[in-house]
Amino acid sequence: MINNFNYKYKQLLVNNRNYTNLILRFFLYFLLTIFVVFYLLPLFVMITTSLKSLEEIRTGSLVALPRNITFEAWGTAWSSACAGIQCKGLKPYFWNSIFIAIPAVFISTLIGALNGYVIAQWKFKGANIIFALMLFGCFIPFQVVLLPMARVLGLLELAGSIAGLVFVHVIYGIGFTTLFFRNYYVNIPHELVKAAKMDGANFFRIFWSIFIPLSLPIIVVTIIWQFTQIWNDFLFGVSFSEAGTQPITVALNNIVNSTTGVKEYNVDMAAAIIAAMPTLIVYVLAGKYFIRGLTAGSVKG
Amino acid sequence: MSSILKIKDLNKKFGMISVLNNINIDIEKGDFLVLVGPSGCGKSTLLNCIAGLENINSGDIFINNKNMSDVAPKDRDIAMVFQSYALYPTMTVEKNITFGMKVRGIDDNTQKVKLHEVAKQLQIENLLKRKPSQLSGGQRQRVAMGRALVRNPKLFLFDEPLSNLDAKLRVEMRTEIKRLHYDLGASMVYVTHDQIEAMTLATKIVVMKDGFIQQIGTPADIYNHPENIFVADFMGSPAMNLINATTVKEKGYFKINIQKPDGSLASLLEKNKKELPKNIIIGIRPENITEKSLKNNQKVQSIASIVDIIEPAGSDTYVVTKLGNKEVTARFHSETKVKIGSLVDFSIDLTKSSYFDPISGQRIK
Repeated sequence: MINNFNYKYKQLLVNNRNYTNLILRFFLYFLLTIFVVFYLLPLFVMITTSLKSLEEIRTGSLVALPRNITFEAWGTAWSSACAGIQCKGLKPYFWNSIFIAIPAVFISTLIGALNGYVIAQWKFKGANIIFALMLFGCFIPFQVVLLPMARVLGLLELAGSIAGLVFVHVIYGIGFTTLFFRNYYVNIPHELVKAAKMDGANFFRIFWSIFIPLSLPIIVVTIIWQFTQIWNDFLFGVSFSEAGTQPITVALNNIVNSTTGVKEYNVDMAAAIIAAMPTLIVYVLAGKYFIRGLTAGSVKG
Repeated sequence: MSSILKIKDLNKKFGMISVLNNINIDIEKGDFLVLVGPSGCGKSTLLNCIAGLENINSGDIFINNKNMSDVAPKDRDIAMVFQSYALYPTMTVEKNITFGMKVRGIDDNTQKVKLHEVAKQLQIENLLKRKPSQLSGGQRQRVAMGRALVRNPKLFLFDEPLSNLDAKLRVEMRTEIKRLHYDLGASMVYVTHDQIEAMTLATKIVVMKDGFIQQIGTPADIYNHPENIFVADFMGSPAMNLINATTVKEKGYFKINIQKPDGSLASLLEKNKKELPKNIIIGIRPENITEKSLKNNQKVQSIASIVDIIEPAGSDTYVVTKLGNKEVTARFHSETKVKIGSLVDFSIDLTKSSYFDPISGQRIK
């Protein structure tokens, strides 16, 4: 009798709990959906607007779907929109950004890997101080260094050139890349270096044959980070470039700000999406390594 | 026999702290030298100095009669097995073993021949294509040894190679290393904190403490004639009994008095010593204290004492009693009938005992 009562009571409790769970779960999804909409709305507006004609933008609502999809604005943005006096679209500047970002990412990642390897595995006097200074470099506001950097670029005769921008991005990327690689390599047992030394491998051989093959996750993290930083940079791009060497972010600004007469929202939106596309692609392609790489340090290999 | 490793007046400091002091060691070809001591005694540092992975502050290291003090690790003609195995994680077993040869520019055919020779010897032929992460602890250990063997060096260095294995595997690998040493006739230096490993493997043991060598000798030497109280206590399990005692000189012999818990004195007669100070510490291994009826030898004397604890260990039973204000462990036959609290005659074999000075801790010769 009592057992029976207990059983029923328990069932009631269990049912009650299930019910509460269901409500909580519903609430959770509701909240998440709101955030998703909130977050994706600008992108939605950008994409739909870029696919509308100017006529439709003027007459329709901001959030309405396009009635007649047209890629005209995309074509204009890519090859004939006017940035200042030049009307060649984003195309030349897109390539400028590519020529700045790829070497800068590659060089800063390589130097960061070497730095991290030395600081983490070849302890020398003052290693910690040098690492601390590099960390400090990560947190210097870029505005502070504009004038000195302009002077340095002038002295190096790199002012206004693509090479100059690569140089600037490499210098300011090293702090972060070193931090990434140092933290990754510090978890690799020192005995590995010792064993390789006994095997007769020298400093660079150990780096190439043993450390670089181990580093895929952190290389991906560094590349994504650096590529996003460099591609999205506006301050250095606008300060240290001249006509013809401007990166895409500067060109985008010019296109949006220098139109006369009717504002071509569809072209602006298309241009903005084009400018943002490469970083999105990089993240989609390598995103899973990004998460993995960021947490890799905490997991024993 | 020729000297394979000779260390002369070696000193090593980390900053201001001396970690190795006046190390002198000489071993011959085919020797198995074990460096043993508690953690922090400098044994691993000494091994790293021999390997060339740590610089030395003064002194010389000769390997195969060549002064290697300032030679790079790779040119010392040595190979090393590490505690964490230190296998290259991205390389297959095969590449791990041949990496050293590849770096040194040895041709592919020789590499292959040597690889298979070693793989066969260590029975890892079926693992060659695997990555270290796909191997068990014991297999990793074998690969690490393979990497050392393939070099065919003058001297092998082992840095606590068994301490990451479970107890059963450790004993197996211990036997295997011993067999390898016997088969190859190789010279080895082996670091461990495990005194049983040291006893079973070594042809020569160096006991270290706080950066000083305490004693160098064969396992039997170290076991039977420890130079000081530290060595006596550290080597052997259960540890040697160290009992405080006083001596009285009589005609032709010494009377050694040991205090019993009730305050009365038990006496033993020592006839083989010419000189003993008044206060001594007497060191007796548990196996030299036995149950009276089982060892009726002329030399054996006995003390009656009350049994405190009985610890059956399968093959033997350890019986603990109190003498000289210390717990004293005796080794009894496993089928002993003694009970806790009963008065038992403990037979003590003084011919196997050691005497130490209680102040300096040194052995009294």
